[in-house]
Amino acid sequence: MAGTVALSVAATSITRTRATTEPALVRWTLIGVVLVFLGLFLAVPLAAVFSEALGKGVAAYFAAFREPDALAAIRLTLLTAAIAVPVNLLFGVAAAWAIAKFEFVGKNLLITLIDLPFSVSPVVSGLIYVLLFGLQGWLGPWLAEHDIKIIFAVPGIVLATIFVTFPFVARELIPLMQAQGTEEEEAARVLGAGGWQTFWRITLPNIKWGLLYGVILCNARAMGEFGAVSVVSGHVRGLTNTVPLHVEILYNEYNSTAAFAVASLLAMLALVTLAAKSIVEWKSQRQMAAGKRTAAEGKVR
Amino acid sequence: MSIEVRHITKTFGDFTALKEVSLEIPTGELIALLGPSGSGKTTLLRVIAGLEVADPGSGAILFDGEDATSRSSRDRQVGFVFQHYALFRHMTIFENVAFGLRVRPRKVRPSESEIRERVSALLKLVQLDWLAARYPSQLSGGQRQRVALARALAVEPKVLLLDEPFGSLDAKVRKELRRWLRRLHDELHVTSVFVTHDQEEALEVADRVVVMNEGRVEQVGTPDQVYHHPANPFVYNFLGNVNLFNGRVEGGKVHIGDMAMELPEQMRPDAETAVVYVRPHLLEIDHQPTNTNHFRARVEHINPAGPLVKVELISEWGDPVQVEISQERYRDLRLKKDAEVFVTPKEKKIFVEKYSI
Amino acid sequence: MALSLKQRSVLPGFGLTMGFTLLYLSLIVLIPLSATFLKTAAMSWSQFWNTVTEPRALASYRLSFGASLIGAAINMVFGMLAAWVLVRYSFPGKRVVDAMVDLPFALPTAVAGITLTAVFARNGWIGSYLEPRGIKVAFTPLGVVVALTFIGLPFVVRTVQPVLQDLDAEIEEAAASLGASRWQTVTRVILPALLPALLTGFALAFARAVGEYGSVIFISGNMPMRTEITPLLIVTKLEQYDYAAATAIGVVMLVMSFALLFIINLLQWWSRRRYA
Repeated sequence: MAGTVALSVAATSITRTRATTEPALVRWTLIGVVLVFLGLFLAVPLAAVFSEALGKGVAAYFAAFREPDALAAIRLTLLTAAIAVPVNLLFGVAAAWAIAKFEFVGKNLLITLIDLPFSVSPVVSGLIYVLLFGLQGWLGPWLAEHDIKIIFAVPGIVLATIFVTFPFVARELIPLMQAQGTEEEEAARVLGAGGWQTFWRITLPNIKWGLLYGVILCNARAMGEFGAVSVVSGHVRGLTNTVPLHVEILYNEYNSTAAFAVASLLAMLALVTLAAKSIVEWKSQRQMAAGKRTAAEGKVR
Repeated sequence: MSIEVRHITKTFGDFTALKEVSLEIPTGELIALLGPSGSGKTTLLRVIAGLEVADPGSGAILFDGEDATSRSSRDRQVGFVFQHYALFRHMTIFENVAFGLRVRPRKVRPSESEIRERVSALLKLVQLDWLAARYPSQLSGGQRQRVALARALAVEPKVLLLDEPFGSLDAKVRKELRRWLRRLHDELHVTSVFVTHDQEEALEVADRVVVMNEGRVEQVGTPDQVYHHPANPFVYNFLGNVNLFNGRVEGGKVHIGDMAMELPEQMRPDAETAVVYVRPHLLEIDHQPTNTNHFRARVEHINPAGPLVKVELISEWGDPVQVEISQERYRDLRLKKDAEVFVTPKEKKIFVEKYSI
Repeated sequence: MALSLKQRSVLPGFGLTMGFTLLYLSLIVLIPLSATFLKTAAMSWSQFWNTVTEPRALASYRLSFGASLIGAAINMVFGMLAAWVLVRYSFPGKRVVDAMVDLPFALPTAVAGITLTAVFARNGWIGSYLEPRGIKVAFTPLGVVVALTFIGLPFVVRTVQPVLQDLDAEIEEAAASLGASRWQTVTRVILPALLPALLTGFALAFARAVGEYGSVIFISGNMPMRTEITPLLIVTKLEQYDYAAATAIGVVMLVMSFALLFIINLLQWWSRRRYA
């Protein structure tokens, strides 16, 4: 969709005539208003992160990362993402395959249910696991009996992260695979390919950019999640603190420089995410546009 | 390989795409499935390919007399050319054609050099060997179409199935390609079935034409048979332009205006009305009344562009009538708008309608 | 084809993928969510009602909903403008600006929270201009609005942008050829066409803002009755081991988000029907 969009923009901006655009004065005023608004709300805070982080010099900045608690937080965040992203990736591919390649009753309901975690407040996302696995929860007594700790421990953090990043890959892949249809897979089947062969050789190459896009977004959220993780973590320093939680602790201890230094790490992650996202978006749009183009040309009579 | 379709029914929810369809296709024939959209022709093709499963308990598909109904499309050894080609967009042309060989189990997979040889030979056959390294998006529609064909042939199918193979191409390429397909078939002699909604295409390319409508087979026959001896009004109507005249049946004859035509003997003599079908080029125009059956008409519009001159008339009973005459005849007649003329059907087909109008 | 049943498809793997999808969805999402609703069943109705309508809770709803509404409204206006500028005009650095719009999605909320606080605090870059003029942002309800505007910023832009891009230039030319002024064309032809997308973006931004936690708690100051948002109240109740109250308020929020989700789906259905 977006690929054809990009092409049409290029075309219309050339052919746009006087009758369908505004006078230069109006144009530049609007551009100015938007840039000031986005500057105030996006650029200034972003710049402030780095300014505050480096406010007491480079040495103080790097000192924040040498602390064992900070390193433990980074390790836990990486571990959490390393579990949450692959399982949601697996789920996303499976769900998209079932939804995009087959027809069944209740498909729209299923898509809505998959999107559900996005509309739940992060705090509530954490709360539901506390109510399930916490001491007061449904399974709490049983877990306590068997000495299994989920809430205020790493498994709880991983579970809450999986919940809040649940839909990312699936919601990228479902529309992409629906748009691509099933003809290529059918062709592969008729040519004698097995199920896995069809998936690995035909489907996966066609969705790789959309898949990567979903993974990038999923990873950013998994590493940056605060509310849900905060509820289930228990804030044990060096044990159940992720990087965002570590930022909060440092900030609440009035260790502002260290807080912003660690925050700058997350801000850089955000910038890398945005850059990677833009590149992948461009690539996947081309993939989608190429698919659409061949399909569209095919349909012209 | 011969194909036999026995009493196949296929429904999609409330919609019945195929109703008890039966069909026999002998080895080596080139068959066209012809019909309007929604007639079930593509569904029938997909059922033969195993891409669609017929309703449970509704009949069988036989390949060479063997029941293949439960065989998966993978095991049916059919080559299928998709309407929009379904080329793998992330593979080169060469890899597209090689795909069916590469996915074979190791035991029966040809060696790399054999694959190369076979793919090159196929690309030569479809005259595209110079494009082997390109990607599908870099090819024209006609080229993609031929790649799709080469890919289907690579697995040495016993049956070749083509879904609207020329539907997506512009008129000129379409004509070239269908002659080429006919020649290719004469070379390879693999049993082939293609779907089309274009009667000209079906009549020109196929050995036999299967005319379909609303999920049923209306007629099966050679192009000559279906064109000149249509089994029913639908087939007559679908294969080319036609004028309809409603007549009364009286004393074994059909009366339209002053004309009276013999009702063929096998027609029901008790019918009250009949419809006479005449193709535009089988109507003759004259300024004088002829001694045979004729009716009067007024010239409404003349379009002399094209190999035949198309004349639109209004008959004496007020219906529009289309006539095609040669340029020569048109010059001889010196037809003018609003001229009074006499029209004589040279050849006609009479059908007794099942209902009275 | 559209109606063909799943078990008759030639592609394999429906049972496997569908089974896994349903199992995973149930384990991660459906069972925990239903368990939460069941948990409130342990409370009596009057207990539940008293908990969710105590003055502190009511004050938090007012703040959460009020600030979210204002934030979403600000985003509707500026998001529409930003989408317009990004689609229709060209200016240097447009691609970067376009990519930056997604920053609130990518920046962890805790980071957003502490930076916005730093920027709008008395000695911050913007706060130091505003406070002498009597405008206090940090640690006031206004601060909550600022944070919720930040995190909802991409929604309206990203829902309006594609619709604006797909809008046929011909309809504008048609309006112009029929004698409409540019202003009339924009207000009578373009804006109505964008309305469903605008409302969808508004609803998405609002829904996100109501549940937001990380970016708000630093800038709000968290004074009960004044600057305490509902998600924070849940966390406070949890920290006081008042699980029943936390659950009750959590269920209120869940019901709200489902209602919003339903409205958003309706809006999207409406806009799809309009542009189909």
